[in-house]
Formats: sequence, C-alpha cells, structure tokens
Amino acid sequence: MGKDDAAVMMTWIFCAMAALSLVFGLMNGRMGQVSAAALEGSSAAVTLSLKLLGAMCLWSGLMEVAERSRLTEKLSRLFTPVFRLLFHGLSPSSPAGRAIAMNVAANLLGLGNAATPLGLAAMRELAAQEPCHGAASDHMVLFVVLNTASLQLIPTTTAALRLAAGSSSPFEILPAVWCSSLCSVSAALLAAKLFQRFGRGRHGLDR
Amino acid sequence: MGWTGSLGDLVVPVAVVFLSLWGLFQKVPVFDCFLEGAAGGIRTAVRILPALVGLMTAVSMFRASGALDVLTWALRPLAGLAGFPEEAIPLALLRPVSGSGALVIFEDILANCGPDSFAGRVASVLQGSTETTFYTIAVYYGAVKVSRTRHTLPAAVVGDLTGFIASALLVRFFFGP
Repeated sequence: MGKDDAAVMMTWIFCAMAALSLVFGLMNGRMGQVSAAALEGSSAAVTLSLKLLGAMCLWSGLMEVAERSRLTEKLSRLFTPVFRLLFHGLSPSSPAGRAIAMNVAANLLGLGNAATPLGLAAMRELAAQEPCHGAASDHMVLFVVLNTASLQLIPTTTAALRLAAGSSSPFEILPAVWCSSLCSVSAALLAAKLFQRFGRGRHGLDR
Repeated sequence: MGWTGSLGDLVVPVAVVFLSLWGLFQKVPVFDCFLEGAAGGIRTAVRILPALVGLMTAVSMFRASGALDVLTWALRPLAGLAGFPEEAIPLALLRPVSGSGALVIFEDILANCGPDSFAGRVASVLQGSTETTFYTIAVYYGAVKVSRTRHTLPAAVVGDLTGFIASALLVRFFFGP
C-alpha cells in the first residue's frame, strides 16, 4: 500500500459515483436534476470551503502559538505512562519514542499539518530500529492503528459546519465526541494487541 | 441535556484565552504567530478546494439521480440493527476513505436533517470522533515501503465500527432518543 493506492481508490470512487449517477438518473428519469446537481455541486464546494475558511484560520493561528510556545512538547510528556503501556520495549526517550509522543500530542491538538510529518518520522525511526523487510512490526501496527483513530480534543471543523447549518449549540456534541473517540481508540488498540497475540499463536514466529 | 451545551460553550473561549496567555507566558510574540498560522489556514483551505469541487460534484449527482437512496435503502437493515440513523449511512461509508468526501456528505446531512436532529447529531459525533483510516494506513506504510501490513486494517476497522455504533448510542444517551 502507498500514497498512490489511496489516489487509485479515490479515482474508483469518483468514477463509480459519476457512472452510477448517469445510470440511475436515466432509470429514474431524473437527468435534469442530475445535470443541475453537477453544476450546483461544484459551486457549493466553494461555499463549503468559505464556511470553513474562518474556523481554519482561527485554529491554525492559535495552534501556531501553541507550537511556538512548545505546548506540543509539554503535552507529549504527559503521554509517557500510556506510551509504556502500549509500546512494550520501546524507550520513550528514543528518537522513535519522541516522534511518536509528539505525533500523539499534535493529534490531540488537532494539528493535522504537523501530525503527519511527525508520524512519518516516527515510522522511519521504527523502521530503522527494527529492520522489517516489507512487513510491519508490532510497534508500527500499533502506531498506525492509533493514527487511524481520532484523538482530536476540539473538533473545530465539525463545529464550524454545525454553526453554519444553524445549530443552536455547535459544541454540545463535545462530551459525546470524547466518549466516542475513547471507545473507538480503545477498541482499535485492544484489537491490535489481541490480533498480535492471536497471529503469533497461529503462525509461530511472525517476523 | 443542558450541561453538554454549557460545557461546549466554554471550550473555545477557554482555549483562546489559555493559548494566548500560555504564549505570552513563554515570551512568544503571540499575535505575530497567530497571523502566521492563520495564513497557513488559508493555504490549507485552498489546497483542499479542488478535492471538494470534484467530490461535491460527484456526491450531488449521486444524490440527485436517486442512487444514494438505493444505497441507503440497501444498508438500512444493517444500520437498524446497530440503532444507526439511515441518513448518516453515507457518511459512515465515506469517512474512512476520504476526508474531503466526508466533509461534503456531512454538510449534506446537516442541510437535509438539521444539525440538532438525531441524524445530524450522530453525523457530527461520527465526523468528530473518527479519522480517514484507509488514507492514513496508505500514507504511513507508504513512507517506509511496508507492504505487509499484517493486522493493521482489521484492528483499524474494529475501531471504526466501534466509533459508528458508539456515536449512535452516545447521542441517545446524552440527548435522549
């Protein structure tokens, strides 16, 4: 899997949606609506990005302040106890350990732009530490799984769109978002640990 | 429940004040940094615009043709089993695959059902508590040329499914059925 595969997947989704729209439009006699929707959709995308622009600027601005005042670093240190629990045998002060903790801190703050480079740096450190020859190590699996779950504390984009849609209280969903994130992160990590043990038992040595 | 609203109302003002004072305390030029970061926000918005245009066009056509209704209808029994609102099914399908696509569908659900409806709230919690799983896996392993991802995908999918079910359950718990 690589970045190209993600692009290929999007190509297929885009083409399938367009082709199915044509087929269903013809079947349902709704070609007029489909044609109008295509034009409206493209201009609605511009409206959508304008709705998000303010919130994105505000949050990116605040997060720049957080980064420059080393809040990400401070926050990453709080992660150490959880780190020891998850990544057995990996030192939190190793280059890989530090990159992982910084990535988690950036994810908590919703710093998508900073989290990805830190995450990729962590992957490279992990690969250097335990040569993998094309197969993911246990630490890599756990770390990627952690990144496929949402850790963001304040979902600003979601709230901005709720506000734009006329919600009386855009942030009222926050406690539910936190509980739901906690459930899905725990389930994903638990599953990773269980599959790891299960896989070992079945195949003997995996690496 | 009122308290979830009042807690929510606190978060943004507290974050703004805390971050500015923290920056000031750390002797960072707070407003300069803010401007620099905000300019970066504009670049991000511009960068995602092409994807939004492409996907919004595809999603709008898909909905207008009636294909979306068929897809939702086909998945309704499965969603009903988990107590998941049928209007939010398309979001659950696209969220793991595409961030921009999820934004488009999410806005669509808010416009059609209302942000404070059951479906609107479930969609909001889902949007806020899950990530673009497949894209993340592709990019992270792509960077170190790992092709055998072992149990990454099954574990990540377990997390996503838990998130879908939890969002519906938690909206019922916090806001009533």
